[in-house]
Amino acid sequence: MRAGMTIAIASGKGGTGKTFVSTNLFNAIVGEGDGAMLIDCDAEEPDDTLFFNVKRVCSREVTQKIPVIDAGKCTFCGRCREYCNYNAIFFLKEARRIKVMDDLCHGCGACSAACRSGAISEKEKPLGTVTDYLAGENLKIVEARMHPGNKSPVEVIREALKEADTAVTVLLDAPPGTSCPFVNTVSAADFTVLVTEPTPFGVADLKQAVKALKNIGKRCGAVVNKAGMGDGEVYAYLKAEGIPLLMSIPFDRNIAESCSKGELITDTDGRWKAEFRKLFETIRENL
Amino acid sequence: MKIAIASENDGMNSTVDGRFGRCPYFAFHDTSTGKTEFVRNPARESSEGAGPAAVEFVASRGTGLVMAGDFGTKIRSLLDGLGISMEKVTGKTVAEAIKSISINHPE
Repeated sequence: MRAGMTIAIASGKGGTGKTFVSTNLFNAIVGEGDGAMLIDCDAEEPDDTLFFNVKRVCSREVTQKIPVIDAGKCTFCGRCREYCNYNAIFFLKEARRIKVMDDLCHGCGACSAACRSGAISEKEKPLGTVTDYLAGENLKIVEARMHPGNKSPVEVIREALKEADTAVTVLLDAPPGTSCPFVNTVSAADFTVLVTEPTPFGVADLKQAVKALKNIGKRCGAVVNKAGMGDGEVYAYLKAEGIPLLMSIPFDRNIAESCSKGELITDTDGRWKAEFRKLFETIRENL
Repeated sequence: MKIAIASENDGMNSTVDGRFGRCPYFAFHDTSTGKTEFVRNPARESSEGAGPAAVEFVASRGTGLVMAGDFGTKIRSLLDGLGISMEKVTGKTVAEAIKSISINHPE
């Protein structure tokens, strides 16, 4: 096994405790002096930095190219419209109307390549930011943050993932769901920890996440959070699928209260530091 | 005037579709001849941007008024810019919608 492994913490269902597991696992690893990096890929609502005393190092803007059409140079040939796969160029030949629908544009550049009259230039549309933080000596947290109003956080997540330092253990706090933002995050990982809860809702979404991971050939294990509530279906499912149960976290008001204050349970309770350290070892064994 | 009505199917008794961009058919009705023609909506299968593509389709056929259950914000500004009127119609058949035109939009 190489020195630096990449572990994604994902869930399918939102609110199961991805950030709780990510931040505490990160804290437990770095507490032992091992180098580690945490990338908050939940770009629609990143919050990992709230749990650490961080110093902002630098920030960069992630942009997408959007075509700008000069109607004076446009010959209304319609080639750009033909090339566009996303109906992002509204075009009426007879009425001589052409308009870029910014919201629909994927920034692929096909229209610029199609134009023969030099009528298309490109502008940069801000999508979000990637910010580097230091949570202590050589402890880097990278945050992907999408600007409100954009339709997808994927480009911002991809840019944040480029900062992954392969020499150390990298933790990826994945976005909820099982669509493109999830897929892009877990694709960058060697192993995915699926955080779930023992409720029918939790199990239903866990199944979707497992299916998505199988489709892209990725291994995973599960952490059952809020154990003690709900029913036993999740355990039966994990057993039937042969997915290792890496850790069980009880449904405990104290944990929720501590978390809501922005505390890390691995800081306030030594037993949990040991538990998360054990989780890290269990993940290593499963790799 | 030419009118495009979003339709769930290709007959006068079809219900007016709630969606403009992704309706299966457009019923093109010409008030001067009284004739109605049902045409498949080519924008329907678009993965994205069905609305603007449907506007292109109806506008290229010289439509002056569109009828559907509702219109999205992108669609509204495009139709406005082209001087095409919109009318929201719910729970009516295409035949009933056409009948209401002469009352609401007398020529």
